[in-house]
Amino acid sequence: MIRLFSVRLLQAILVMVAVTAIAFVMFRFVGDPVASMVREGATQAEKDAVRVALGLDKPVAMQFANFVGQVLTGDLGTSYRYQQPVTTLLLSRLPATLELVIVATVLALSLGIPLGVLCALKPNAFLSRLTQSATLVGISMPTFVTGLLLILIFAVNLRWLPSSGRGDLVDIGLWETGFLSLSGLKSLILPSITLALFQLTLIMRLVRSEMIDVLSSDYIRFAFARGLPRPYIYGRLALRNALMPVVTVTGLQIGQLIAFAIVTETVFQWPGMGLLFTNAVGYPDVPVLAAYLLFVGFLFVMINMIVDILYTFIDPRLRTR
Amino acid sequence: MKTSIKTLLAGIALLAPLSAPAFAETLRWASSGDVISYDPNAQVDSFTQSVHHMVFDPLVRRNKELKLEPALATSWEVVEPTRWRFKLRQGVKFHEGQAFNADDVVATIQRQIDPGARNRENLSTVVGVEKVDEYTVDLILRAPYPLLLNDLAAIYIMSKPWMAEHDALKPGNASTGVVTYASNHANGTGAFKLKAYEPDSRSVFEVNKDWWDKPQHNLDEVEFRPIASDATRVAALLSGEVDMIAPVPLQDVDRIAATDGLKVVENPSLRTIFFVFSYRPELHATPGQPNPLRDVRVRQALWHAIDGKTIQKRLMRGKSRTAGMLVAPAVTGYDEDIDVPLPYDVAKAKALLAEAGYPDGFKTGLACPNDRYIADEQICLAVASMWAQIGVQANVNVESKTTYFPRTDKGEFDVYLLGWASLPPMDGFSPLQALLATNDGTFGGSNADGLSNPDIDKLAYAAAGELDETKRVETLKEAFRITHDQVLYLPLHQQPVAWAMSSKVDMPQFPDEYVRPWFAQIKK
Repeated sequence: MIRLFSVRLLQAILVMVAVTAIAFVMFRFVGDPVASMVREGATQAEKDAVRVALGLDKPVAMQFANFVGQVLTGDLGTSYRYQQPVTTLLLSRLPATLELVIVATVLALSLGIPLGVLCALKPNAFLSRLTQSATLVGISMPTFVTGLLLILIFAVNLRWLPSSGRGDLVDIGLWETGFLSLSGLKSLILPSITLALFQLTLIMRLVRSEMIDVLSSDYIRFAFARGLPRPYIYGRLALRNALMPVVTVTGLQIGQLIAFAIVTETVFQWPGMGLLFTNAVGYPDVPVLAAYLLFVGFLFVMINMIVDILYTFIDPRLRTR
Repeated sequence: MKTSIKTLLAGIALLAPLSAPAFAETLRWASSGDVISYDPNAQVDSFTQSVHHMVFDPLVRRNKELKLEPALATSWEVVEPTRWRFKLRQGVKFHEGQAFNADDVVATIQRQIDPGARNRENLSTVVGVEKVDEYTVDLILRAPYPLLLNDLAAIYIMSKPWMAEHDALKPGNASTGVVTYASNHANGTGAFKLKAYEPDSRSVFEVNKDWWDKPQHNLDEVEFRPIASDATRVAALLSGEVDMIAPVPLQDVDRIAATDGLKVVENPSLRTIFFVFSYRPELHATPGQPNPLRDVRVRQALWHAIDGKTIQKRLMRGKSRTAGMLVAPAVTGYDEDIDVPLPYDVAKAKALLAEAGYPDGFKTGLACPNDRYIADEQICLAVASMWAQIGVQANVNVESKTTYFPRTDKGEFDVYLLGWASLPPMDGFSPLQALLATNDGTFGGSNADGLSNPDIDKLAYAAAGELDETKRVETLKEAFRITHDQVLYLPLHQQPVAWAMSSKVDMPQFPDEYVRPWFAQIKK
């Protein structure tokens, strides 16, 4: 068990070093922020002064050393654009993204699992067929199209829901939440559906195929032979085993959702980290870009570790190794 | 579309009594970007500065005709060429109740010229500020400088006691990581008070009932929302969530204009789009050979070969203003006699090329951004094919603004597209100093391609210190005349600015693209 953890940890550290290097190298090439930081008629001296102030005049190797040094001390630098510490910026945007992702995940799981089970148990029922074909659309439609379509229908034509933003927020100390106001909840609906759609489809299809697989295995047939009640067999014996890969996928998907809610957040002007990132790309706000990449790397490393640990709890066989 | 218009109308009918109680007129408008910070000294972003103007007043400001007029200063005089004396308005109060006086101006100017201020260069000639009495201040200049008032129109006065109380007497700065209370809060003397600021979500302003000036608007509240996605911004307007959007994505202009209850307002802006030539000994496209662009006949030929009418009609949908000089009509130094493009004449262009020794044309690079100006990429492609008709082979290179502008600064292109708005001073000295004068460290900051014309330099330095306005304007015009005759740059047009709004909103549009809600009326 300890060996498993230490190996995992070492791998995680290696990955993070690689990500740091890539983050640094990549953003040397996205462009030069100086052009967007000086006024229209700036003299060469002004431009040079900004370059020096940002440390961009130093050799690349030295810039990299500075960057690594900063990262190690937990200082991700100051945003060129907002003139605030990047850590503060990311943390202030985290609640918006997390709320969206949580709602989307709950939505995906609470609909995806039952629908998947249904499709596995009654493959020929009308509802199953409908779900199957509907999810095909869900999985093949790009997020921004889904988002804009929902906006067109529910915001522009029906005028039931707002097209963008988070609505009114309530400050609950640690963060500002949209869960506690009517307009906040209404604002959540369209973006969370947009974000959940792909995940829902994935989970539903996964549960379906796993269930079909498990249901044809020997121990289920023996259970039927023993005359155990059907709800017990489906719920307790079959679904529990079918859920193994779902845990992995959901874990990875949450990472995906947090890291790549970028498109949904941009379409709905959702003031989360994804929107922060898109705005940073056009500037280019290099410290924000680099920090975001590091954050995403860190997130995936952590999620993978957690998923590995969860396995050992769900599957007793892994514990003895 | 029919049903959607019906639902739209039904929606308006339903919402109208709910959203507009008799007493509160709220203007809700959306733009593509957010304010970067509410600290006037922490950025050089012209959009941010336009929003600041709702909350803050400068000493002098621009009126509805964009002419300078007294604001927090009521009068001024030039005591010595390097000392200007300003009389301040009495009885003005900041939003949080502090009385306005000379101390506030002194503290603001000191903050502005602090080495840590990002926009320090917006007031580069001022080296000091002195309080004369409670309502009089002197600004000390490095050298005689005619454009001080133009510069001051973009300097927003903050409250000294407020800054002191919140430890914000020094400006916020990214390089040093200084963040101040003033980044997220604002206390000015302006027409509106900042009530709430949620980055990337919204800013809410309420009317300042104690404003010193007589309001020309009938608003009680303004809500500004940044919406980055073009489609979503349009959707917000169509669904009635906002009353106005600026800018409108060009592909949606016709659709919005055809929608009941909405209108599109479109006018040429100050931003002039033009081509920059390389004056280096060789072109990047043809190393080892002399640069043909150094010959004035070649540059004239390139201008004669451009069909401005087609660009205006096809690419700009008839909304641009074809230009012959680097500044727009509203900018000081403009002269309609100079603002005449060379006529489209392929035969003449060919003749000029042959005369210059290039009867079969030559090769050159041609670079454009694809996300900065309206139809920038298409303009380049169109011009490349127009030049092909006279045998000039232009290799088009298109890239994003984030990599494009650093390359223009390093002089990596042969011919490239650039825009210049002459903001904030709105004066012809801006392009003269930055684009036309030789790059010598102080002047020519955006002239990275070796353009050097002694006559222009003489005029630029003469204009810089000329306090006689008539003489100064004549100097500017003389420089623009030489620019036109020598085709030092190749002007194309002023690009349009397009806003869309509910038909009950009456909002004047300005060529500097500032949204000025203090001139807005909402019909009841």
